Amino acid sequence: MQAEPAIVVDQLVKVYKSTRAVDGISFALEQGSITGLLGGNGAGKTTTLAMILGLITPTSGAVRVLGAHMPRQRYQVLHKLNFESPYMDLPHRLTVRQNLKVFGKLYDVRDLADRISSLAEELDLMEFLDRPVGKLSAGQKTRVALAKALINSPQVLLLDEPTASLDPDTADWVRSRLEQFRKARGATMLFASHNMAEVERLCERVIMMKRGRIEDDDTPARLLIRYGRQTLEEVFLDVARGHGHMREAAQ
Amino acid sequence: MASMQITGAVMVAPHRVGAMVLRYLYLLRSSWTRLLELIYWPAVQLFVWGFLQFYIAQNSGFFARASGVFIAAVLMWDVLFRGQLGFSVSFLEEMWSRNLGNLMISPLRPIEFVCALMIMSLIRLTIGMIPVTLLAIAFFGFNLYSLGLALAAFFVNLILTSWAVALVVAGVLLRNGMGAESLAWTLMFVLMPLTCVYYPVSVLPGWLQTMAWTLPPTYVFEGMRSLVMMHEFRNDLMLEALALNALYFAAAVIAFLELLKSARRSGSLLQTGE
Repeated sequence: MQAEPAIVVDQLVKVYKSTRAVDGISFALEQGSITGLLGGNGAGKTTTLAMILGLITPTSGAVRVLGAHMPRQRYQVLHKLNFESPYMDLPHRLTVRQNLKVFGKLYDVRDLADRISSLAEELDLMEFLDRPVGKLSAGQKTRVALAKALINSPQVLLLDEPTASLDPDTADWVRSRLEQFRKARGATMLFASHNMAEVERLCERVIMMKRGRIEDDDTPARLLIRYGRQTLEEVFLDVARGHGHMREAAQ
Repeated sequence: MASMQITGAVMVAPHRVGAMVLRYLYLLRSSWTRLLELIYWPAVQLFVWGFLQFYIAQNSGFFARASGVFIAAVLMWDVLFRGQLGFSVSFLEEMWSRNLGNLMISPLRPIEFVCALMIMSLIRLTIGMIPVTLLAIAFFGFNLYSLGLALAAFFVNLILTSWAVALVVAGVLLRNGMGAESLAWTLMFVLMPLTCVYYPVSVLPGWLQTMAWTLPPTYVFEGMRSLVMMHEFRNDLMLEALALNALYFAAAVIAFLELLKSARRSGSLLQTGE
């Protein structure tokens, strides 16, 4: 018997006053899969992630995460989820260790001191553990945010632009850690990104959004073939500029 | 599992409440200015009103008999105002640090968050008020603790009102973002003239007296004057205040939860700036 998908999004709509931020999207993510949510600014990626997390109530449609209806049944599954986003920060005056301790307790993590030590080692945070988060560089803060997102070894991990504002070397390092985590935990990962190389490297599947709708949904390799392009960036530009369907129709 | 059931629908896990209290204690410990701020204003208020009372008492037989009434009023007002600020400022810390989204996607339930904020309100009040009450003894010979059990009745009623106001402020902040921050600092002052902190209710015009008696602190301040000036503890006033507080506190919890729901609909939990 096939396992239930980790995330099911069904005819999801979010309307803010007169703006349809998300306009009837549907998809299902298999457990242990890694999917990229691609789209330009205002495509509806962050709103979609926030609805999956139960942070925003949909106008209509349904979201199920690990079998729980969001946001109604969110407390059944929130301890199995986590999220990292540039829209959120950790308290700057608290040290890295204090922040991880607080979130570890919120997620009821067993053997918390050991978990913090192993995360600090994995994410190279040992020398900053007792430094206030506000005194860290952007790259170091991203690693701390990632440690917070991994503190509960989430079964479902959502990431919003996880490598934005990082230099290429640090960004690559973060991607490696995410890959390692997924392999070790078998976690389902969904991340919104503008970084095509990142999506190409990490994702088995890409959902392309534009103006709140899903424009395309396939594996990176099949998207490249169908659009007749060399890179996902070119595919993204085709979709963003509305050339995608024309090209397919011509072919 | 370390959870206890309060109602069929609402669970409170002490470890999550404890985690939030720990978060605020780390913050207080990291900043001596935050600690100093807790004592600074109540102390300034105490000295201004304490010396004023000295002056008036020297020139008025009535106020000489009512020694301590202004100082008691200042200290009681601070319980009301600082109780609300202790709750609101801890809540604002989450918005200032853009941490609210992290909390809202964690297993922390709103009721647990509120419990942690109430505990922090008590902790901040204790840190701020105990030194000031000791200063009142040292400089003005007024011992607040000599009020005995009456003090406990006054305190419970004032703190319940302060939490009810703070809950509404927190709900408005969730719904409308930091644009509503000034409410946290000013809303209680709207109540100040009506709650008759420094003068009896009878001073107000008739229609304002009716309004004043809808506010629980009015009963506390009247009760305090009765105790300090006439040496009479008014049970009736305290019970009426408690009944009103129960009503306002329940209404404030409902308002907070409804505003939180509204914030989820409007998407304001993700972006908690202006």
